[in-house]
Amino acid sequence: MSVAGNHGPLLKPAKLNTATAVEIADMNKWYGDFHVLRDINLKVMGGERIVICGPSGSGKSTMIRCINRLEEHQSGRIFVDGVELTADLKKIDEVRREVGMVFQHFNLFPHLTVMDNCTLALIWVRKMPKKQAEEVALHYLERVKIPEQANKYPGQLSGGQQQRVAIARALCMNPKIMLFDEPTSALDPEMVKEVLDTMVELAHDGMTMLVVTHEMGFARQVASRIVFMDEGQIVEANVPEEFFAHPQHERTKLFLSQILR
Amino acid sequence: MTMAEGDLAVAELAFVRRTNIAPRPPPAAMTGAVGWLRENLLSTPFNVGLTIVIVLLLAWAVPELVKFLLIDAVWSGTDRDACLESVQHREIGACWPFVWERLPYFIYGSYPIPQRWRVDVFLAMLAIGVVWLLWLNAPRRDLGAIYFFVILPIASFILLTGWAAIGLQPVDTVLWGGVLVTIVVASVGIVVSLPIGILLALGRRSHMPAVRTLSVIFIEFVRGVPLVTVLFMAGVMLPLFVPEQLSPDKLVRALIGIAIFASAYMAEVVRAGLQAIPKGQYEGAMAVGLRYWQMMRLIILPQALKVTIPNIVNTYIGLFKDTTLVFIVGIFDLLRTIEVARIDPKWATPVTSTTGYAVAAIFYLVFCYGMSRYARAMEARLAKSDRR
Repeated sequence: MSVAGNHGPLLKPAKLNTATAVEIADMNKWYGDFHVLRDINLKVMGGERIVICGPSGSGKSTMIRCINRLEEHQSGRIFVDGVELTADLKKIDEVRREVGMVFQHFNLFPHLTVMDNCTLALIWVRKMPKKQAEEVALHYLERVKIPEQANKYPGQLSGGQQQRVAIARALCMNPKIMLFDEPTSALDPEMVKEVLDTMVELAHDGMTMLVVTHEMGFARQVASRIVFMDEGQIVEANVPEEFFAHPQHERTKLFLSQILR
Repeated sequence: MTMAEGDLAVAELAFVRRTNIAPRPPPAAMTGAVGWLRENLLSTPFNVGLTIVIVLLLAWAVPELVKFLLIDAVWSGTDRDACLESVQHREIGACWPFVWERLPYFIYGSYPIPQRWRVDVFLAMLAIGVVWLLWLNAPRRDLGAIYFFVILPIASFILLTGWAAIGLQPVDTVLWGGVLVTIVVASVGIVVSLPIGILLALGRRSHMPAVRTLSVIFIEFVRGVPLVTVLFMAGVMLPLFVPEQLSPDKLVRALIGIAIFASAYMAEVVRAGLQAIPKGQYEGAMAVGLRYWQMMRLIILPQALKVTIPNIVNTYIGLFKDTTLVFIVGIFDLLRTIEVARIDPKWATPVTSTTGYAVAAIFYLVFCYGMSRYARAMEARLAKSDRR
């Protein structure tokens, strides 16, 4: 890609480094009286792919949404790429620039074309000239294999295509860390694969990823660690081989027996 | 062929389609004028009934209207005699010479006759601004916005009130009247209410308690008071409390009253639109790193305003007609000038009032229907991006 060479650090793939990407220490969160996240401790190294699974309502989504402060935590500390998340808006902006997020329902901007969806943050957050932003966007749209849809509106695309646009939109900001919140749960079965394939490629490129998903095949294939959550707690975390072959906790065993046939 | 296959599908347990069913045109009764009639006017017994009632209503009203406004109308004359049945010995409809003679008064009010070109220039400038802004394919719409929101208000103010230093004789707003006042009041209300309404709506949804409380108090207070009261307070009560020299001009007071009133209504309209935007849009915007105002301006408001266009225009239409209420504080808008003219003894005939009111009705209808049509076109255009 000629584009990749021209724009310096912005387009280089995130380096596979050994520094800590995300560190969550003794984090707690409540919704009113309800204790959603309890004493969460998790350290993610650069380049690691963490798959987070667990029954619904176990707090998986809430946890990764704390990492870019879509949710606020009430106690404990969260460091993202060395920056601590507090009420400080500057810090939050800094973190959000480095963290890309893909949502279950895509959350594309329906009033903007695919191209504008991708260039928006480059232009307004990174202050990049429009032309250059479009080159970057096209590069990532090619990477998710839908450059020909650039001038369509999200509503004209299939679910799988929309989710790939959402991935491209996040990648345009050249994030160090990518968060995926059930990226395939809202898709028709025939579109799950195209999105998972895109994510596998991303994993091979060395992206630091935290993925909330029920796709156990994907977890087996790309995860460096699997984290199992239940009732707002991390119940078990292990490398995939061990996690699937020798689950330790009763709840993990029960969960696996229910989703694996 | 296809029938046989369909039968097979029912009759046998296993079925494999061997030929594709080609699409066929719909039956004749579904298309053309007949199809349209069946679909839109005669689809159900209730619809048939409605159609009959409406046709009867039209048959009753339209000929009468045409007869009064055109067929029996008087087209020339110099005073009431032209429109008097007892003089003309025929049935008399609308008295158009009356309108023709008083038309300058309806348009300019008592604006000094040698200075009326200034009003013409203002109306022309306004028309250019409106077209530039509303015509979506117009060139340089960014310049158009600067022209409309910055240059036009300043130029109009200088032009209409006068500035002795550049040779424009000052004209007291007491002399303004007719269409001029109606347009000025409506334009100010329309242009000011949207931005303030948006700010109030955002304020009402703000997480900052002080901002939210102030917005709620303002909106609820203004909405809880009739416009007549707001105008009366602004026009009559304010001067009692404020020393003479500090009290703003009567028209300005009415303009402020209208703007405040319209803003509170607009705030609620915009808030309804904001509530229609899914949380995911906020999260998507935040996740890519947009700040609050960027998120609002680029993501949330464009979508929220789009879904509220019908309601915004509805409010504008209401506002446009509400401008007639400024007569209560002694300002001569179009309706008021017609009121004054219709009791002029020179034209006192049984049809004068009706003719005057017909003029008012046509004027308001043209403007309101225009707004309505424009909004429809906007919606249709914006809906294109929403195909799902």
